[in-house]
Amino acid sequence: MGLFDRLKQSLTKTRAALSEKVERLVSGAITVDEQLIEDLHDALISSDIGVNIAGEMISELRKAVNSGQIRDAGEIRSWLRESIALLMVDDDDGQHLLPSRLKVDVVIGVNGVGKTTSIAKMAHFHQQRGERVLIAAADTFRAAAVEQIEIWARRTGTGVVKHTAGADPAAVVYDAISAAKARSIDRLIVDTAGRLHNKANLIEEMKKITRVIEREAAEAERRVLLVIDATTGQNALAQAKVFAESLTVDGVILTKLDGTARGGVAVAVKRELGIPVKWVGTGETLDDLQPFDSRQFARALL
Amino acid sequence: MFSRLSEKLEQTFKRLRGKGKLTETDVNEAMREIRVALLEADVNLGVVRDFIGQVKSRSIGAEVLESLTPGQQVVKIVHNQLISLLGGTQSKITVASQPPTVIMLVGLQGSGKTTTAAKLANWLRNSGRRPMLAACDIYRPAAVRQLQVLAEKLSMPVTVATEPGMKPPAIARLAVTEAAKKACDTVILDTAGRLHIDELLMQELAEIRRQAKPHEVLLVIDAMIGQDAVAVAESFNNQIGIDGVIVTKLDGDARGGAVLSVRAVTGRPVKMVGVGEKIEDFQPFFPDRMASRILGMGDVLSLIDRAEQVFDEKKAGELARKMRREQFTLDDFLDQLQQLKKLGPLESLIGMLPGMGKMKEQLKRARIDHSELKKIEAIIRSMTANERADSSIINGSRRRRIAAGSGTRVQDVNRLLRQFGEAKKMMKRLQNLPAGRGKGGFNLPFFGN
Repeated sequence: MGLFDRLKQSLTKTRAALSEKVERLVSGAITVDEQLIEDLHDALISSDIGVNIAGEMISELRKAVNSGQIRDAGEIRSWLRESIALLMVDDDDGQHLLPSRLKVDVVIGVNGVGKTTSIAKMAHFHQQRGERVLIAAADTFRAAAVEQIEIWARRTGTGVVKHTAGADPAAVVYDAISAAKARSIDRLIVDTAGRLHNKANLIEEMKKITRVIEREAAEAERRVLLVIDATTGQNALAQAKVFAESLTVDGVILTKLDGTARGGVAVAVKRELGIPVKWVGTGETLDDLQPFDSRQFARALL
Repeated sequence: MFSRLSEKLEQTFKRLRGKGKLTETDVNEAMREIRVALLEADVNLGVVRDFIGQVKSRSIGAEVLESLTPGQQVVKIVHNQLISLLGGTQSKITVASQPPTVIMLVGLQGSGKTTTAAKLANWLRNSGRRPMLAACDIYRPAAVRQLQVLAEKLSMPVTVATEPGMKPPAIARLAVTEAAKKACDTVILDTAGRLHIDELLMQELAEIRRQAKPHEVLLVIDAMIGQDAVAVAESFNNQIGIDGVIVTKLDGDARGGAVLSVRAVTGRPVKMVGVGEKIEDFQPFFPDRMASRILGMGDVLSLIDRAEQVFDEKKAGELARKMRREQFTLDDFLDQLQQLKKLGPLESLIGMLPGMGKMKEQLKRARIDHSELKKIEAIIRSMTANERADSSIINGSRRRRIAAGSGTRVQDVNRLLRQFGEAKKMMKRLQNLPAGRGKGGFNLPFFGN
């Protein structure tokens, strides 16, 4: 099964419910009436896009209808999809980063969003494209977190740098960078502790990790990726805000899109903070991680 | 949030005052504000609709406009309605008449089942039960190990698969039969997280339920979940059947509106909540507190609870006596600092106070300096017992010695002594206030600049 098919398959589930609803509305409507617009409004809210953004999108939609830009009800869904796709386009082309042999991805996020699984999938993805990948097990906080990443790494055949539980995560990262240089690794992926974003010393820990990377791997292409669970509601925006206050967050990994949640809050994150989605997680096997495609996302959302 | 909602409602009603009669359109406007507030708190859209309907009929009936503060009146109606929807009173965990009581935890991936299993076990033990754990999550890498580590910390028995390939229903059954042998009266089954639309895994849960015959099936749900909470809760309830809910990660800043959604669609009560990273951060659910939280009204009751757990009443009483006799020493000062530290990050405490939203933002910028507390501690610990009992004997050479001993500068020692003097002065003033307010644990001395 190709990548695209896999994504489509898992996204089909998530969009089925809503698509049907909208399809039904659209085919039954002769003119663009209030009820239809209200229902689309509800559909947006149900995707966790947030009540404000939903309201703004709908008022833009109304403008487009009133100005004659949209003439028939059949165009409504594609118009909305298009505006979401446009908003979600990842305009970070990596040009601001120095082209470098070593790339370092720091993966952060609150507990339970799927950081460790996403890291395994990323390692797998890059290895399949010929990169030499190393994982730094810097979640020294949660019980058995290191074991969890080790089991995954064994499956993907990826090396892991670890210390004992409770060790200083920045020290793990320091060692991992030395190891990455010594073993001429292409990409180092750093797993960090999953804790709620309102724990002050968590942010300090993340800052320390990024400081170590800036110092020890100054020449590397460095990215900080925030994992967001698609099931999360408006709090995901609060999470992104808190992390982005202290760290440069380069992108989002949107996980668990294989359920019935549609991850609309990622739209809020992009719009309010300008942080693009880079990856989407759509299942539990190693292949269930795809680079983000804004059009597919918009189609799945609405 | 609450202040915003009530402000908005006040504005809405101000315009209406003097209009004589309240029309349906007027009420609708107020209802729109409530709708937005609830949606921002992640309450499901459908649930919001029903809720608004109920509140609306109550608001029309009540003498809202006659009141001087109609906005407050409506907020009160909303608050009361939320409490009654959330279950009104506390709901306890069922105990079987014939041991062992079997409790099964189910939920999505990442909702916090394994941590909750350990917390629940610890909580049950503290309430006089003899619980054990069973690791039925054979899918997530290291999930069994995680539960074993937690059980070890608690010195609590845990049943794991005895042979490779042993299926979760068999592990669950084994745990239940082992309970008596291990002298346990409660078995907590930790199951693998799964999507509610994963048919195979949902069938497996149903099979565990059939074989282990749990007395309580509890859905573990993340306080941060959004609109999808309804689909999740309905699926688990329809396919497995749940008896109650445990809400996790309430120590975050999510408003937790999904709790209302889950309650509304399943009719099952929330029984317990997870409120922190430590194993003891687990407590019964209070509908009134949750209602305040959803409305952003702050959680004063939880704050008081937390303070009561931490503050040693005997010590507080002793302190009050000392203060009255003006015998407050540096040792007492240190004691208070340590109690304060136990309360947790000050930022999170402030968040529990009503109307402190803005202040929280400011605090974040000012960031209360925890290293400052550490420094103070180091300085006091570098003093001799005599110095701590009577700070007036601390002369220049003693100050230099203390600074060297604590790795600080003499200026730091000077500052601390000045602050301590101020605290003492303030206490003298405080004594003149009427005595016997509450538990007396809140009279913290002033420190910091």
